[in-house]
Amino acid sequence: MSRNSWVFVIILVILVFSLWVLIPIDSTRLGRTGIQYGLDLKGGVRLLYKADLSSVEKGQEKSTLNDVIAIVANRVNPLGVTEPNIEIWGTDQIVVELPMPPGGISDVQMERIGRTALLEFREFVQTFDDQGNVTEEKWIPATGTYNGETKILNSSLFKNNTEVRIDSVGNIYLYFEWNEEGAVLFKEITTRLLQKPIGIFEGSGEDALPLLGDDGKPIAPIVQAILSDNGDITGLSRNEATELSKQLNAGRIPVPLELVGEQIRNPSLGSDFIELSVRAGMIGIAAVMIFLIVYYRVPGVIAAFSLAFYGTLTLAIFKLIPVTMTLAGIGGFVLSMGMAIDANVLIFERMKEELLIKTTVSSAMESGFARAWSAIWDSNVTTIIACVVLYWVGDVTPFGGAVKGFALTLGIGVIVSMFTAVLASHTMLKMVVRTDLSKQPELFKPYTGRKLA
Amino acid sequence: MINIVGNRLWFFIVSGLLVVVGIISLAAFGLKTGIDFSAGSLLTVKFDQPITAADVEKELPGFGFNGTVEIDAQGDIVIRTVELSTQQKSTLEQDLTAKFGNLTELEFISLDPTVARKTAQSAGIATAVASVGILLYIAFAFRKASKPFHFGVCAVAALFIDVIVVLGVFSILGKLVNWEIDLVLVTGILTVIGYAVNDTIVVFDRIRENQKKYPGIDFGQVVNNSLMEVMTRELATGVGVLFVLVALLLFVGPTIKNLVVVLMVGIYFGTFTSIFVASPLLVVWEKHDWGSLSSKKQTQGKVVQARG
Repeated sequence: MSRNSWVFVIILVILVFSLWVLIPIDSTRLGRTGIQYGLDLKGGVRLLYKADLSSVEKGQEKSTLNDVIAIVANRVNPLGVTEPNIEIWGTDQIVVELPMPPGGISDVQMERIGRTALLEFREFVQTFDDQGNVTEEKWIPATGTYNGETKILNSSLFKNNTEVRIDSVGNIYLYFEWNEEGAVLFKEITTRLLQKPIGIFEGSGEDALPLLGDDGKPIAPIVQAILSDNGDITGLSRNEATELSKQLNAGRIPVPLELVGEQIRNPSLGSDFIELSVRAGMIGIAAVMIFLIVYYRVPGVIAAFSLAFYGTLTLAIFKLIPVTMTLAGIGGFVLSMGMAIDANVLIFERMKEELLIKTTVSSAMESGFARAWSAIWDSNVTTIIACVVLYWVGDVTPFGGAVKGFALTLGIGVIVSMFTAVLASHTMLKMVVRTDLSKQPELFKPYTGRKLA
Repeated sequence: MINIVGNRLWFFIVSGLLVVVGIISLAAFGLKTGIDFSAGSLLTVKFDQPITAADVEKELPGFGFNGTVEIDAQGDIVIRTVELSTQQKSTLEQDLTAKFGNLTELEFISLDPTVARKTAQSAGIATAVASVGILLYIAFAFRKASKPFHFGVCAVAALFIDVIVVLGVFSILGKLVNWEIDLVLVTGILTVIGYAVNDTIVVFDRIRENQKKYPGIDFGQVVNNSLMEVMTRELATGVGVLFVLVALLLFVGPTIKNLVVVLMVGIYFGTFTSIFVASPLLVVWEKHDWGSLSSKKQTQGKVVQARG
């Protein structure tokens, strides 16, 4: 077999492989299932939190943020979403991306994800007037002294092993352990509040809300003994105990988080969009192919084939990487398709010029390719430069997914188009030129309205 | 044979006017920035009952919210307010349900000013850095042509005109039909830049080649001949891209309409500037002559069809 035939066989193998990867679209191939769609197409939630790291020691910022991520992940997992994406963004931000859970996501669930949710322990104080009547009742933070400073006892001082246990007679209780600071504070507070209630509040300051039990009343266990490094809360229902332990474990976000950006998109918005754009893409490509065939004749047929090859291979790569398709990503794909068409057009126009001065189709084709190459190369390299810049900028922009997606699809598309337009078109043209077709140079010239010779 | 180079002053005047209109419109109307670039909240809902934007807008102050309400291309209600917390959003939705009946939340976007500012900044940086990168590469790619830097600068000048005109169109559409500029449209503008550069390079590539091939011929003629040679390619590629864009517009519809319009305006205007502005500018720089409005004074009679 000649070198050409070998290349052609390789192209066919790649084509078949791409088709296998791609079809059906939602199949699982090489560990990738379906084409990934971005939030703007399939719906979902994107939350951006800014962490207040002012109280964190220098050099510990990163590990603090990683702790936050672990906790946020704990809170997200019960929502039952597949592949949540939670990562550090910039120096002090955390981004959470979730596909929309099957049952939707309520505002309460949403709020819980990023709630700083320190649980604060509080004591109940009453003030009386001269007659001994209660004038004011309120819960104030329970404080103690640690290293000479007055500190509030809160869940950031828990160890990460709070759990629900059942004692020998079947009573449910919640077991927890304090770190060193917590143990000191807890000892002081339980000494002071012996036989008095300790309230458990979510949040801090004025906004704090008491945790409510199944009966709708605040959970406020009575201190039974002086305790220090560990303790348990009894008298809870299983449900209450489980919820509380989850919150205690999940509630240890060490720094305040502020929600600085959010995007929630109902999946119904994009559902027909994907189908519609696939259909539009097909129709668009078909129209382009017809145009190429009618106008460029034999080379047009080859260009149509290499365009189909281009589309299949690019989408297969999108599926395998995987590239998340967004509206902007589709824009990038369309542009790269334009460039793939253009590469073919450049070559054929060059061939047309060369056919005027060269004696054989074969030599005209070769110099057409050689001369079109510099324009294709330069324009594609500039595009790739722009893509690299855009990808980088999109990557550091909090809601820059659109820019990033665009850069990625365009960049991949352009690289693939250089391969398909140049290698695939060239190889196939060389093969066609060897056939008897090349005895009719007219078949290789664009349609001019004149009859074929 | 069209004498593009000879009539360059006309094309400069036309593009100059468009740029002036664009700048005036940008100065007068500004750009209506979408939620991506300006902080606040955007809530898109669909009511079971037919409700007009005015109905909702009238009720907002009563609910304790200030904001504007519009109907989007799909007929859904879009409420734009200052940044809302999740709780405030829930309250607003409850109030709306109480007043107008069942609603479905389609989309909620809320951005803090710091995030919006960062996004706008990044979009600016992206455009600037990409332009410089392109300029440098063109200067590098054309290093063997005489005066490579001219090629880079002229390409970027044409790009600049493209971007001003596209932004100008946007500011006018923003004024007329409330089009907002958001990140997706920034990528649209970047597409236009990419495409225009592509076009310019194809033209410049031919000029570079012909310059080498016909060292004796007047530079203006070399440019004009090169433009003629690449014209059919410009048209053929333009038609190909048009098919794809029209298909997207017809079969995908409102979601993608703004993006496609930007692409159409930008891509074809970009092709125009590559041929009628960027290349003649090279001639201006080379000859220090802006050309004249009367084509009779030109030497187009002597233009030789360069082939070989």
